[in-house]
Amino acid sequence: MSKLESLNLSLTNSELEYIETYLNRQANFVELSMMDAQWSEHCSYKSSKSLLTLLPTKGKRVLLGPGYEAGVLDVDNGQILTLHIESHNHPSAIDPYGGAATGVGGVLRDILAIGTRPLAILDSLRFGKLDNPNNKWLLRNVVRGIADYGNCVGIPTVGGEVAFDDCFETNCLVDVVCVGIGKRKNLVFSEAKNPGDVLILLGGKTGRDGIHGSSFASKGLDNVDSDRSAVQIPDPFTKKLIIEATLDALSTGFISGLKDLGGGGLACALSEVSDKGNTGVEVDLNRILLRESNMDASEVLISESQERMLFIVKNGHEIEISNAFAKYDLPYSIIGKVTNTKRVVVKHNGNVIADLPTDLIANAPLLNWPKTKPLYLDSDSSSKPDLPSDIKETILRVLSSPTLASKSWIFKQYDHEVGTNTVVKPGESGASVLRISKEKFIAISVDGNPSHCFLDPYNGAAGVVAESMRNIISVGAEPIAMLDHLQFGNPSNPEVFWTFNETIKAISDFCSYADLPCVGGKVSFYNENVKTNKPIKPTPVISVVGLIKGSNNIRTRKINELYPLIILIGETFDELGGSEYYSIMNCSGSVPKLNFEIEKNTQKLVHDAIKVGLLGAVNDCSKGGMMNSLSQMCMAGNVGVTVDMSKILTSCKRWDDILFSESHSRFIATIKSENYTNLLNISRNYNISFSVIGSVGGDELRILNNDDLIFSSDVNYLSDFVYSSISKIMDDGI
Amino acid sequence: MNVAIIQFPGTNCDIDTHRVFSNLLKVDVSFVWHKENDLTNFDAVVLPGGFSYGDRLRAGVIAAHSPVIQALKNFSLKRKPIIGICNGFQILVESELLPGALLKNSNQKFVCKWVTLKVENNNNIFTNYFKSNSLIRMPIAHNEGRYYVDNEKLDELERNNQIILRYVNSIGNTSIQGNPNGSVSNIAAVSNVEGNVLGLMPHPERASEAILSPDSSTDGIGLFYSMIHSLEVLLKK
Repeated sequence: MSKLESLNLSLTNSELEYIETYLNRQANFVELSMMDAQWSEHCSYKSSKSLLTLLPTKGKRVLLGPGYEAGVLDVDNGQILTLHIESHNHPSAIDPYGGAATGVGGVLRDILAIGTRPLAILDSLRFGKLDNPNNKWLLRNVVRGIADYGNCVGIPTVGGEVAFDDCFETNCLVDVVCVGIGKRKNLVFSEAKNPGDVLILLGGKTGRDGIHGSSFASKGLDNVDSDRSAVQIPDPFTKKLIIEATLDALSTGFISGLKDLGGGGLACALSEVSDKGNTGVEVDLNRILLRESNMDASEVLISESQERMLFIVKNGHEIEISNAFAKYDLPYSIIGKVTNTKRVVVKHNGNVIADLPTDLIANAPLLNWPKTKPLYLDSDSSSKPDLPSDIKETILRVLSSPTLASKSWIFKQYDHEVGTNTVVKPGESGASVLRISKEKFIAISVDGNPSHCFLDPYNGAAGVVAESMRNIISVGAEPIAMLDHLQFGNPSNPEVFWTFNETIKAISDFCSYADLPCVGGKVSFYNENVKTNKPIKPTPVISVVGLIKGSNNIRTRKINELYPLIILIGETFDELGGSEYYSIMNCSGSVPKLNFEIEKNTQKLVHDAIKVGLLGAVNDCSKGGMMNSLSQMCMAGNVGVTVDMSKILTSCKRWDDILFSESHSRFIATIKSENYTNLLNISRNYNISFSVIGSVGGDELRILNNDDLIFSSDVNYLSDFVYSSISKIMDDGI
Repeated sequence: MNVAIIQFPGTNCDIDTHRVFSNLLKVDVSFVWHKENDLTNFDAVVLPGGFSYGDRLRAGVIAAHSPVIQALKNFSLKRKPIIGICNGFQILVESELLPGALLKNSNQKFVCKWVTLKVENNNNIFTNYFKSNSLIRMPIAHNEGRYYVDNEKLDELERNNQIILRYVNSIGNTSIQGNPNGSVSNIAAVSNVEGNVLGLMPHPERASEAILSPDSSTDGIGLFYSMIHSLEVLLKK
């Protein structure tokens, strides 16, 4: 066992050598523990930093891009939106309730740390299939963890996605997006700029939970039981008080910097604020309020105990700040001050126990891993299913698969109404819409598609951005920015790193083309199935935010008879590789290709058509194909439709290919017959085709092929079937 | 007229409720922190929803021991109107300003959804805006909303017309399907015998604007209208 292993540290020998050469002396255990936390992949991005610079980060509304607590967007009239995404994959895999809850808590703190009030939460969740009791246990408790935390702090959970795939069997993915709202003049940064300022630590007392949390997130999940203490303990009630106390404290004007304590605890917070502010800090560990006795210095420094915020307060104004905290009976202590030494100095019992240069701690040496194209990508494994004989059974089976089925069992457990701003609610569209002022709204979506990304990392990843944008377009919004969360296996595996590389290239290429800036993101490596030792499928998760001016521009997927004609915009190709249909049928084929130009023009067409009032209901057409999109529209509007498949613009011959293809750049929408010509004119400008495929009315969803009725189902029956799919699995027995 | 909205640590529907009074009803409204012990300057009090004290021990039980509760009891003795919404209802029950108890939902889960309610009693300062037996829509969002009283007490509530709202199905029947949390006799809202204190689990402040409701209804604001209107009549006398 090496020295580092015996100290339970994840630093490598070459990193140790680098540190000691830099310091020109041996580092002590406290110092190494601090370095270990800050140089973990989770905090340092050492494997991904150089590639992430490819992403476009500038845009007319971008005030602050990646690298801060949250991205900041200008939404006019002095109002700002803040955005952040976090995952809590490893903690949720071993303690789903606590892991998911503290995942929510962490992202809320980031939004708060920049001086804004959290407005809404969305989650993107991935589990192994629900025929395994462990996956049911994970889903049940992840949902309960998110619900208990979000509901209690009073931030609505307004949307998200949930999908199931064997590759997430032991390593579920729990991603949380938070959007915040505030005033530009109240922005505050995680910087300690002024020597002499005072450091105040507010909130939860420091305990032994979350020790080595960020290091544990930066390696595989190999010892579930001993790692459980690395999961933090959630306390949403204290968080609610911290939100109010922090916003009250900020309104005094005496806060010069603010930082939440997340991964790497106090050690990371101190090095980041002093590095960003180009100063130094000196803290006295005896001043920190502890939850348990006999904690050693390194434990205090790297504990990830929740619900803590570090305030950098103008010297002499401690009283005003402590008054704001006292109203809520929150514990706080003055732990040190900002210096001009460019060093992080930690004292304990009167002795200096750590003394490290800020630029050393804050800048881990970057890694550049070798990459090779995975072998499986070059082997042709495509296979088409036999044409199913029972059309109705097949369609119902696809629509009720847990990945496509209604997620009402989940979102009913989330308070999605608190805040009284949720205009488009869960299940009403692929994106959620929130009011941010009388006639101004934001749309937000979160999407992923590991099945596509596994078979074709480039088209898969670009496609996820496109899908997330289409969801924003569908509700009538203009996309203004995005967040990316890149989840992969071990980066030292050259095949994993190759797919990571392709993913970033794809996202950068399409975002640059579509003029969609990236304002934040996260990278999570070391996500692997412990049983098979295989990495998860490449899982970039994309969250796009858009802006809507005027409530009359808001659309949902709820169809009604006022807009009786159903149109399908875009062409349908034989692109079923990675589709939900093929995953049910165990088949493989080519993944939908993203044609950047067609995608952009299709989005513009739909956006323009909504703006001039031509479209009634609008729905993106992707996962589960046009069949799933159409059935979502019937269920949301609680009305039937009759659609003739032969009217769909496609080169496919088989009914299953046409109904279940997941080709990009498609929308289903409804129009009034008198507006057909107007729409045709706009579509010609963009060189995009559409066709009228049917009409709204009756109680049944009916699919014709010319004159033959190939499928019909009562909409109420269909709703019950699709809505109860997950609850039947989750509420029946274990 | 001045309405007080009480804030406990963990209250989270305070701003939403304030917005309905100030922006939609254009009534003077103030936040009152739970450590206050005087409510004499107010004409009506609302205890909004949320998770006071994080629902620790039991929803509403710790808040029921806040200093403001004694002031609230004095306020009630003067027959001035008090509405408790969701966690506010739980606090009123725990403070014994309202009868009964609120237990964990029968499905053991938090439930957030829009429900249909029947106005059982409109001869009341909180519901006189509605026609008797009318069906109204509001969302619920709670973990502990299963109203419970024993049979004897239930008879008493019926006799005294204290049952104000019941959960019903979409066509107005007091059925099991229409009951989202397992409440006794589908009870969604009750008043005290005197009729000046109302507790309800549904959130009227979330059903006060057409843009926020799935069917453009604004039934929730009717409850606040009723109270404001009744107070105006009273204050003019």
